[in-house]
Amino acid sequence: MATQKKAAVKKVVVSQPKANANMRVWKFGDDIDTDAIIPGRFLTINNPDELAKHAFEGTRDEFAKKVKEGDVIVGGRNFGCGSSREHAPLALIGAGVKVVVARTFARIFFRNSINVGVLPVVCPDADKIADGAKITLNIKDGYLEADGKKYAIEPVPAFMQGIIDAGGLVEYARKLKEVPSCTR
Amino acid sequence: MTATIVEKIFSRKCGSEVRAGEVVMAPLDGAMIHDITGPLAIQKFYDMGGKKVFDPRRIIMLFDHQIPADSIEAASNHVYMRKFAAEQGIHNYDINEGVCHQVTMEKGRAAPGEIVVGADSHTCMYGAAGAFATGIGSTDMGFALKFGALYFKVPETIRAEVSGKFQKRVGAKDLILAIAADIGADGATYKAIEFTGKTVRKLDMAGRMTLCNMAIEMGGKAGIVAPDKITWEYMKGRRKMKPFELDSDEDAKFAEKRSYNVSDLEPQVAVPHNVDTGVPVSKVAGTHVDQVFIGSCTNGRFEDLAEATEVLGKKKFNPKIRVIIIPASRDEYLRTLKAGLIERFVKAGALVEAPCCGPCMGGAFGLIAPGEVSLSTSNRNFKGRQGSTEGKVYLCSPATAAASAITGEITDPREV
Repeated sequence: MATQKKAAVKKVVVSQPKANANMRVWKFGDDIDTDAIIPGRFLTINNPDELAKHAFEGTRDEFAKKVKEGDVIVGGRNFGCGSSREHAPLALIGAGVKVVVARTFARIFFRNSINVGVLPVVCPDADKIADGAKITLNIKDGYLEADGKKYAIEPVPAFMQGIIDAGGLVEYARKLKEVPSCTR
Repeated sequence: MTATIVEKIFSRKCGSEVRAGEVVMAPLDGAMIHDITGPLAIQKFYDMGGKKVFDPRRIIMLFDHQIPADSIEAASNHVYMRKFAAEQGIHNYDINEGVCHQVTMEKGRAAPGEIVVGADSHTCMYGAAGAFATGIGSTDMGFALKFGALYFKVPETIRAEVSGKFQKRVGAKDLILAIAADIGADGATYKAIEFTGKTVRKLDMAGRMTLCNMAIEMGGKAGIVAPDKITWEYMKGRRKMKPFELDSDEDAKFAEKRSYNVSDLEPQVAVPHNVDTGVPVSKVAGTHVDQVFIGSCTNGRFEDLAEATEVLGKKKFNPKIRVIIIPASRDEYLRTLKAGLIERFVKAGALVEAPCCGPCMGGAFGLIAPGEVSLSTSNRNFKGRQGSTEGKVYLCSPATAAASAITGEITDPREV
């Protein structure tokens, strides 16, 4: 840390990512764990750009080389299971990925993603989306479009929307003077 | 109004009745940071405008994943954290004490009825103390350090009722691998798992820690065992507290109830590359192994190492394989040392390391090469978890690990 660049605080994709004709899908399967997203031996790194160089290393080596700004990861069940390492969503941010779509997410990864600015999107039909598909999101209307087909997506839990709207948990916290405990 | 133990803990802390599904900003009794997730958490604390932590006495800091520093980057992270501890008046256990979860338990930093968070997924282990404990990311931890509170969605509870008597050489690890295979890798997502029943009541703290430790492997937000005589006995000398009643009401609303009988349970092995793949050891017996690791927050306690030496007897470990044994903490190391077990391990051919995470996280040392097989008492066998993504990790109990370390292949500990 002392010798590393300070990780940039990047803002969360608030609700609607910019349409980008080149947004492609990187398709993954079920139970993609955070060890796969960023292996343990790289966890001394805290800088998103440096972490991104090792994203999915050993699992899908082409990812770090070919991923482009705005690309979307699509997973199956239980995406982001395992370790609580926030290096996982940070590596994705470094790689330019701001949206992860999955059938279901593991709890800690889901929360970490929202906190640091990766939007986790629950899509029950995520399995039907193909690798390499062109994808656009219509968060407000509750669907995404992949290779011309529409799929429903679920809204983010209400209490987390406040964090997203603030621009992530850091921004949210900066505005708080104190936290009244047990507020609901 | 009936309630689960988790609902009772949140209600106690909040001073009003709360139930599963409600979102509350709950006060924290403790927070743990270590050398991997700590630097980011501290950075987030500052990014949030943090100047003073909410209460330095409630924060526990230590280094366990990469100790002694195995790279200049790790050393720099340690320096950064030491500086923060000194500046904030946080007691830093540094590299001296062992694996974070074991140390947190030993130092009495989690107690019945408390809410504790840790920037590590296996924080759920403190449920063995009757606490609600859950793993969080670094940004949430930054928030926790600053405000001493955090948002929680009060989870529903899966009640796992365990009955029956373990066969010899079968224990808590075999049970939790069987439960993980039953519930599945995401079967408890957003839920707490409460372990109860006669078998759990008889289980020692070491075994309860093994159970609660692996709740996260089912996606669980927490694992918990209601405090009883054994819990309060463990708390003695660690915390000044008067024992009190805390348990789920029998007629509380549970997400589901599952029952397990361990009388016929065989030793279990989780096969690559997921934790919910537990099978009876007989199904994989004979599988060649290159490395055996006995240790980690899951199974690095004195009781685990004692079980391994019982299996070992006067035999030697197979010289063709590498056997790495790491007590989970300094206390456990000393107990093991005083009992003469360390000498027996070393004479049998094992490499005994000082307390730390070791090969479990695949970051520091003890990595496996492509094509190699590791048999491990730790908690995760994900692809690449202990090194090469072309290697394989099998998970098992200390007894099965010791038996297999003798033969050089996966072996039923009841047959050694």
